[in-house]
Amino acid sequence: MHIHAYEKLWLAASVLLILLLIGSVTYGAVGPGVAMVSDSQPTIDAGGLDEDERFSEPRVEQVGENEYAAYVVARQFVFQPDPIVVPANSTVTFYVTSADVIHGFEVAGTNANTMVVPGEVSEITVETDGPAEYGLICNEYCGAGHHAMEGKVNVVSQAEYDERTSGGDEE
Amino acid sequence: MSEAIEGDRTFADKYPEEARIVRAALLGSFLALTLGAIFGIIQTLHRTGVFRGLIDSTDYYTSLTAHGVFLALSFTTFFLVGLFTWAVVRSLDRPLIDIRITWTWYGLMAAGMTMTGISILAGFTDAIDMSADVLFTFYAPLQAHPMFYAGLAVFIVGSWIAGADYFRTWLAWKREHPDERIPLQTFMVLTTMAMWYIASSAVAASVLIFLLPWSLGLIDQVNPTLTRTLFWFFGHPVVYFWLMPAYLLWYTVLPKIAGGRLFSDPLARVVFVLFLLLSTPVGIHHQYLDPGIAEGFKFISMTNTMFLLLPSLLTAFTVVASVEYGARQRGGSGLLGWLTDLPWRKPEFTGMMLAGLMFAAGGFSGMVNAGMNINYMIHNTIWVPGHFHLTVGTAVALTFMAATYWLWPQITNKPIYSRTIGLVQVVVWFIGMALMSNAMHAQGVMGVPRRTAEPEYSGFDYPTMFGGFEELNIQIAIGGTLLFVSTVLFIGNLVLTMGNPKVSGLAEELPPALSGPDDSPRVIDNLRLWVGIALTLVVLAYALPLAAIINRGGALGPGVGTYPVWLLPLLDTLANRAAMLLGAVGDAATSLVGVVR
Repeated sequence: MHIHAYEKLWLAASVLLILLLIGSVTYGAVGPGVAMVSDSQPTIDAGGLDEDERFSEPRVEQVGENEYAAYVVARQFVFQPDPIVVPANSTVTFYVTSADVIHGFEVAGTNANTMVVPGEVSEITVETDGPAEYGLICNEYCGAGHHAMEGKVNVVSQAEYDERTSGGDEE
Repeated sequence: MSEAIEGDRTFADKYPEEARIVRAALLGSFLALTLGAIFGIIQTLHRTGVFRGLIDSTDYYTSLTAHGVFLALSFTTFFLVGLFTWAVVRSLDRPLIDIRITWTWYGLMAAGMTMTGISILAGFTDAIDMSADVLFTFYAPLQAHPMFYAGLAVFIVGSWIAGADYFRTWLAWKREHPDERIPLQTFMVLTTMAMWYIASSAVAASVLIFLLPWSLGLIDQVNPTLTRTLFWFFGHPVVYFWLMPAYLLWYTVLPKIAGGRLFSDPLARVVFVLFLLLSTPVGIHHQYLDPGIAEGFKFISMTNTMFLLLPSLLTAFTVVASVEYGARQRGGSGLLGWLTDLPWRKPEFTGMMLAGLMFAAGGFSGMVNAGMNINYMIHNTIWVPGHFHLTVGTAVALTFMAATYWLWPQITNKPIYSRTIGLVQVVVWFIGMALMSNAMHAQGVMGVPRRTAEPEYSGFDYPTMFGGFEELNIQIAIGGTLLFVSTVLFIGNLVLTMGNPKVSGLAEELPPALSGPDDSPRVIDNLRLWVGIALTLVVLAYALPLAAIINRGGALGPGVGTYPVWLLPLLDTLANRAAMLLGAVGDAATSLVGVVR
């Protein structure tokens, strides 16, 4: 089969581009350690979240030194808890599930983004920076009130976080 | 070569029966385009906040479902079957084996799309207890009226019979021409339809085994990850199903319009074979952010997706080379000077070239989508519709419209009413899409979500980059309005063309390629081999993920409810569960009667 010299050159450049793209994704995964949402969590009964140990009371709790877990429920058309308050400069793992249909969980303007599928628990871990308020958006169509489904992720200073949690305990 | 025998008779002169079906298919396609454009302009103005007086925000999703289904499924597929019918008959230079079968598939496709369309449009009124506000992707456990799913099934079966029609016509030709290579256009049609059979089998299974019985109340629940995965098994190759007719036009018609001929027939075949092999085992890249699917499966899908760039990159080379050859035949010279010797005043040429240019831009934003980790920035943001309005919304749609200026006279013997309006139309489309798509990409990076009636939120403001949110909204609204104007010009021009008298002397020939089919090994024409490899790749890519999904959640899902969008009010669904089941049985009977009729 006859292939023109320029075409061979183009073909080689194309294959190189493809390999570079695959290489960059691979590097992102093994180098900086950008982890994907995966099947790390077992399935869950979306109709029985009220009895679930993690999701009956959606909340943030400390699970290690400077490590926090946020248990979040998405349902038509709210996020619980709202706002989600986490301390600055910490590692936060979000466990997000749905009580009804498929939702999205997107911290606007960041790469904290996952699908939320009923029956499954999405696990994403983020490193928080300094104190800031972020919008939380459902980015998958979930029914007639979809556009009203929003929440907040408030990253607060460690001092303020401690104050809030201890305040909560006293109630 | 069959290409040389056309003489001065048009397709309509030689094959009046087939020309009729091509016209019917194209008109069906343009009806869908018209409806889709109307919903498009409503959405553009609503979403950007320019004008929200026409529909409620809750009805936005009815409009969005209609826009997606009418344009992505109906407009594209009807144009495809029209074009493919023309291409098969023209390149084999023989009629279809039985025109009654041809009208059967056309009738089934039209009936199916009508059923689905009615179930969607009924969502605008409370008078009928029917709706299908589930968008083009119909993710369970949101549930549409059974007629939505039944219509889709009928539509797909119709398209399968169309494919069989092309294969049988080719086999009949092969008996008459035992030692000849498959003509290029027919080769493109057959590989595309083979890919379509593989891809659509999954969505057909999803609809017939799970979604339709579920909407009829025969099963209580489905596994949302499973039906979603089956959708994307179909949902990625379907974008190539839209694109392949555009490629067919770029390879076989565009070089002729440019005054030249196709650079390489063998490379064109290789490209179509690559699409047959690689289009399907990549769908999981739409599910990078899904829980319940292991990271390894996502990685495999990512790798396959990147290799899928190859046939498109090869196409860019071949198409540009063929056009350059045409320009140099017309006296063009210099490194880039030949560009001025191209027929830029022809709407069919300029339209297809602008479509190709936009496809290059769409290809680059697609590389970002495919990049598994960078995808987290833009997943489900308006970046994604920004991307596919470049690909299906321009590379495909603008090519189809531009090609119509060339093809319509061939199948009707009527000259286009105004080629100047045609030229203005394709340029307006390009400008409108450049504005709209650019602003959508920019908003996506800011985190603005797709698929929402009101993208502004009460609790926070978007970060400002590449211009503010509001500024980009205006850009989207202006772009969307220009696209609507362009569609009106296209449809208006076509309607006026239909009023033109028939004339003779419109026939156009398609010249053979510079490097003909005999320059490639015969194994390229071995469709059985390629289909076998394609199926193997699909099994390798999907057997384990599907098994894992069913193993995790069960075929019918891990305890998930049912959320019909077709019984109002939505929030009372729990209280109305009993009434709903009774209603579903009644609706089942009604829609079954509808199917039987």
